Amino acid sequence: MTTPNTSPSVELDDTTRAELERAGVIVSKVDFLYNWARGGSVWPLTFGLACCAIEMIASATSRFDISRFGSEVFRPSPRQADLMIVSGTVTKKMAPQVVRIYNQMPEPKWVIAMGACAISGGPFKQGYNVLKGIDRYIPVDVYLPGCPPRPEAVLQSLNYLQEKIRTQDIKSDPAFTEGRRQYPIPEFTGTDLEPPYNPDVWQPPANPNAPAEEEAEEATA
Amino acid sequence: MTAAAPNYELIQQDGLETSLLEVSMGPHHPSTHGVFRMDVKLDGETVVDLKPVFGYLHRNHEKLAESMSYLASMPFTDRLDYFNSMTNNWAYALAAEQLIEIEIPERAEYLRVIMSELTRLVNHVSLVGFFVNDLGALGTPLLYAFREREKILDLFEQASGARMMCNYFRFGGLRCDVPEGWLERTREVVDRFPKFLDEYEKLLCENEIILSRTQGVGNLSKELAISAGITGPMLRASGVNYDIRKVDRYGIYDRFKFRVPFSEGDVGDCYDRFMVRMLEMRESIEILKQALDGIEDGPIMGNAGKVFKPAKAESYGRVEAPKGELGFYLVADGTTQPYRFRVRPPSFINLTVLRDMCIGQQVADAVIILGSIDIVLGEVDR
Amino acid sequence: MSEAIPHEAVLQRFPEVEWDEEFGTLIVPSAKATEVAIWLRDDEAFRLDYCSNVTGIDYLDREFKEKVKNEEGKTETIIHKDPARMEVVYHLYSMEKRTGPLVMKQRTTREKPEAQSLTPVWRSCELQEREIYDLFGINFTEHPDQRRILMWDEFEGHPMRKDYVEPFDYEWEPTPHDEILEKHQKGKVIF
Ligand code: SF4
Repeated sequence: MTTPNTSPSVELDDTTRAELERAGVIVSKVDFLYNWARGGSVWPLTFGLACCAIEMIASATSRFDISRFGSEVFRPSPRQADLMIVSGTVTKKMAPQVVRIYNQMPEPKWVIAMGACAISGGPFKQGYNVLKGIDRYIPVDVYLPGCPPRPEAVLQSLNYLQEKIRTQDIKSDPAFTEGRRQYPIPEFTGTDLEPPYNPDVWQPPANPNAPAEEEAEEATA
Repeated sequence: MTAAAPNYELIQQDGLETSLLEVSMGPHHPSTHGVFRMDVKLDGETVVDLKPVFGYLHRNHEKLAESMSYLASMPFTDRLDYFNSMTNNWAYALAAEQLIEIEIPERAEYLRVIMSELTRLVNHVSLVGFFVNDLGALGTPLLYAFREREKILDLFEQASGARMMCNYFRFGGLRCDVPEGWLERTREVVDRFPKFLDEYEKLLCENEIILSRTQGVGNLSKELAISAGITGPMLRASGVNYDIRKVDRYGIYDRFKFRVPFSEGDVGDCYDRFMVRMLEMRESIEILKQALDGIEDGPIMGNAGKVFKPAKAESYGRVEAPKGELGFYLVADGTTQPYRFRVRPPSFINLTVLRDMCIGQQVADAVIILGSIDIVLGEVDR
Repeated sequence: MSEAIPHEAVLQRFPEVEWDEEFGTLIVPSAKATEVAIWLRDDEAFRLDYCSNVTGIDYLDREFKEKVKNEEGKTETIIHKDPARMEVVYHLYSMEKRTGPLVMKQRTTREKPEAQSLTPVWRSCELQEREIYDLFGINFTEHPDQRRILMWDEFEGHPMRKDYVEPFDYEWEPTPHDEILEKHQKGKVIF
């Protein structure tokens, strides 16, 4: 296996590296080794929300066998898990708990939003009790569309995540420099959650049809 | 008529005082089958009070269905009880077909029976897997169950294009015919299934741990079961012979010969519920064999339009879903949308007696009792 | 289908009970509901021991137009008025006799919705009536444990009512449709 030379600070071109490897010397970076090991054993949280959870379970059973990718250790406790697969519809009643569980996970941690519901509300988007995407409250690493996504797709999303892990720079990545990331837990009000989204994590797309600001002010006045 | 809150006397021993312990199990808890919460009050290990908390998966299915046409709700019914999309479809189709009165072709009726019995196999086999999982047998039985489940899901995929959310039924028939060779492949799966069941029964039914942990746990009397509206295998485990396939004879169930397994005694414990499901699978195979013999070529769709306006009326259609009586109550007001759309979810109503069954049991048994009820949160909260 | 249940005996026994021809249901006044329910459950001829489905319906003030041909062959439009009201619907079956369903309704007003809880008669009403209280706001007298069930406790309003206005929390999207499209065009999409 030739280790790719990703960082410009190492003055070792690929030919030299390959020659060294042939001679039995492996030159690598701490980053690479660290991420390679970490990406190979991502422990997901046992956390099912709705229909998509069944396909997540199916991806762990014999036919699809997620353990080929090192992730068969589903942990019931958030303290021992690296990866949260948000598998299913997040309702407003459930959203505070999801954020709370996310806050309890140690760094480094990743999130896969599985299924149309976790991404945007999916088929139930118009419901009064449905959160329109979990990315309003916590950062999402991989979006996995489908309703439900097939188990193969779960495996693919795991591969994407591993790719992402491989490019992490442990010196500058917030997961390693800033301590455990925690986000404010939304609170229930009479009609909705407060705040409706976390501005640090998610910004609504600009609405090109919105009246100019002055007009809007007039309208409210 | 909730069981009266127990006046619990704290045990005092040698002047030391104990107090009740409150534990909130869920909504994220490995033993609760989804986002369900139980607030349990414990005296040591014994449950003295239990309150179920619902609503963590309340997806507003009913409200959404009232703002779309009749047919557009069909894919949403798949997502109610996501193990059994085919029976959900059927219940909804039954209710709507009462409003518009259409003939269903023979072949479609047969395929409906085949699909819903296959669904029953999928549900029971995975439920038993999860149930044994709750008992602490992590893995093996569940993996066996999912291996069989995959075989049946393949059949669903070949017929409808989707593994879980089949969306296969239409008012007046089915969406499309099954592909060539499908019936033969189904027969193969059905013929091999009893062999798997033998293996499964050998593994589980007389297992000492299962016997000692489930027998006498979570008893449910006949009277309470009837009054609390319990349906499905849980009702039959309490000794009531009531199966909607036999009572209503919807579809063409009157043409098949099958028995309804129910418990003879009046105990209704977790073991009975488990065994009723195991036996029901055998009967489903009998029905499947007869249906596969009887099916003939023909059209699969009656002539119902995609959008229709039923006259002002009410209808209630119910089927024997694997979890119990699944009913749809529709109120039509002469427009293309239902005025009121209501799902009668079996597992929600089966949870009425959770508290009664758990009080006095150990906390570890509360998990098993919940597992034996067989709930799916998509249906409980809708 | 299992046999339908003859309803005439109920009307004879309880003169207050009405029969709704249009939908084929019994309309029971709330004050009498428990009494009728117990009788239906225990009477030898009925034995409706199993209450399957309990639900609410919210009717707003509505008008229906119906076109009919009068004697001269001209079409006329008749306007039917449907008054605002709320209903609680019970689907009753008999497990012993294997008959059913008999549909029973309690009617109440939209302003002060109240109904008699039948949980003491059939336990299966317990959770379903709680759900009706939560989503429709109908108060059940004598319900043992009337709390919100699906929504959180601080929630205000009753979402299944026809005039409930849901909070608008959609973001702008490039391919809107239906309601959202209208709101887009008005520039009303929040955030
Ligand atoms: S995306 Fe589809 S399958 Fe997944 S939770 Fe939502 S509705 Fe269910």
